[in-house]
Amino acid sequence: MQGSLSRDVIATVIVTAILLWIMPLLIGTYTLTVLVIYGMLGLSLGLIWGFGGILCFGQAAFFGLGAYTYAIAAINIGESTLPMILAVLVPAIFAALLGAMMFYGRLTDVYLGVITLVVTLILFKFMNSTAGPQYVIGNARMGGFNGIPGFQTLNVPGDPGAYIWGDAYFYVCAVALAIVFLLVSALLRSSFGRIAVGIRENETRMSLMGYDVRARKTVLFSTGAAIAGLAGALFANWGEIVTPNLFSLGQSAEIIIWCIVGGLGTRLGPILGAAGLAYVKFLLGQQHLIDNTLILGLILVLFVLFLPRGIVPALVSLWRISFGRRPLGRIHQARRSRNRERLHG
Amino acid sequence: MAEIVLETRALTMRFGGVTAADNVNFRLRARELRCLIGPNGAGKSTFFKCVTGLQTPTEGQVYMRGHDTTHWMPHQIASLGVGIKMQTPSVMDNLTVHENIWLAARRFHPPEEANRKTAEMIERLALGPIARNALGQLAHGERQRVELGLVAVGDPWLVLLDEPAAGMSAEDVERMTGIIHELNKTAAIVIVEHDMQFIRSIAEVVTVFHQGAVLMEDHVDRVMADPQVRNVYLGKKA
Repeated sequence: MQGSLSRDVIATVIVTAILLWIMPLLIGTYTLTVLVIYGMLGLSLGLIWGFGGILCFGQAAFFGLGAYTYAIAAINIGESTLPMILAVLVPAIFAALLGAMMFYGRLTDVYLGVITLVVTLILFKFMNSTAGPQYVIGNARMGGFNGIPGFQTLNVPGDPGAYIWGDAYFYVCAVALAIVFLLVSALLRSSFGRIAVGIRENETRMSLMGYDVRARKTVLFSTGAAIAGLAGALFANWGEIVTPNLFSLGQSAEIIIWCIVGGLGTRLGPILGAAGLAYVKFLLGQQHLIDNTLILGLILVLFVLFLPRGIVPALVSLWRISFGRRPLGRIHQARRSRNRERLHG
Repeated sequence: MAEIVLETRALTMRFGGVTAADNVNFRLRARELRCLIGPNGAGKSTFFKCVTGLQTPTEGQVYMRGHDTTHWMPHQIASLGVGIKMQTPSVMDNLTVHENIWLAARRFHPPEEANRKTAEMIERLALGPIARNALGQLAHGERQRVELGLVAVGDPWLVLLDEPAAGMSAEDVERMTGIIHELNKTAAIVIVEHDMQFIRSIAEVVTVFHQGAVLMEDHVDRVMADPQVRNVYLGKKA
């Protein structure tokens, strides 16, 4: 990656500030909040799939697990700070165990996809079947397909009476996304991130260079789950209810589509893909002419056919062609050095 | 005599009914350069894979500098300071030459040191003009050279190379021979190779494999002159 982290920080702060100012003028903050949350969820898969090469069909599992962890902990604790932390830790630990099982078992590609998909389905089925009164964690009833309503929502840390909601909640979510984005940027610039990209490119080579691929993939997988868990907790606060639909297959598939449309292997792509497609879905939801999944399916097909690398890589190429310094081909370089020799010789 | 850095004892590898490596006893001393030759299916590559941890032998042991590495994973063996290059070029295609070599250097050095080592290696291999190009755009010989750089930058004391000269031009082979000789000043080297011309130019002691077992082990000139070797390996044409 080019440039430095400090430049990333400055750019992110400026762009975030501008968006925080402009976007609420265009779209209601209630809708914006969920777009931001989906952006974070997209980023979580974009990190492990786009940079780690781990295609997880079950990112929704970690999202849902984060939301449920928050709801259950909030009911039992009554103040939101610790539940927020737990909502990050529980999915991360769950993913570390699941990931260790898969990566140390040398499962790859399609098998990994199948297992993560099945885990999501199991959680979906299980959460749906917890309607009975015997399914209780502390004071929290699991509620089956009705989910868990009525938990303590986000408050100012240390003051359970001071709720953060409405416009203020939007700003909290947006700043959280900006911070997560910067942390991901820092991670990708670190040795760990560069090694993760190396593993994406060639696992065998990296292990022959002495890297423990299994451990590194497990850690990255767990990191992605932590981000998805945070997004889940923020989503629980936004909706003020958690239901088993968080674990649905539709949700899992959508996250993958966000990444493909936005652009894999970029940090911004999955965020833009998630927010953009979720907004399209929101607009389509306001009409009854066409089923919105049809349109989303059509968008995916069109992208796979015409912009297979996604929006952000396409925009970057366009920018380079129009304004950037033209990367000199090797022929040019050779010619240049030959000319130089002639001049000096 | 120098210390023994690589030893296999009664190494045997069976795939179903086929014995690909049969009771191989092999010893390599520090800073030795050894070529393994043999016809197709003689067991060279199986032997190579068992030593590098890519396969676990059915029977027998592998020792490296006294460690029993028989059941080790490739990354554990590489972490000991063993450089490994597989038969087909195996590199990170979408990353630059610099990033590829940096990743190899980073395994054994902190980031700043890795930067310095990478710059040195790029200089040494004359890769400067293409250092910022992605590996996928490079010619076969250049990719092989970069992969040799990945191996060399870790300062290994044992280097295992599987057919390093395959598909390279004469010029590339000559350059690579130079790199291998340089490596040999500090490391013991095992080369699995088909190219007889390359072997003649580089080898001293050669181990000949035939039907999974070691047929002969001697100086290259005597091996080439041996009627039995000529029979199994070089065939009638030689």
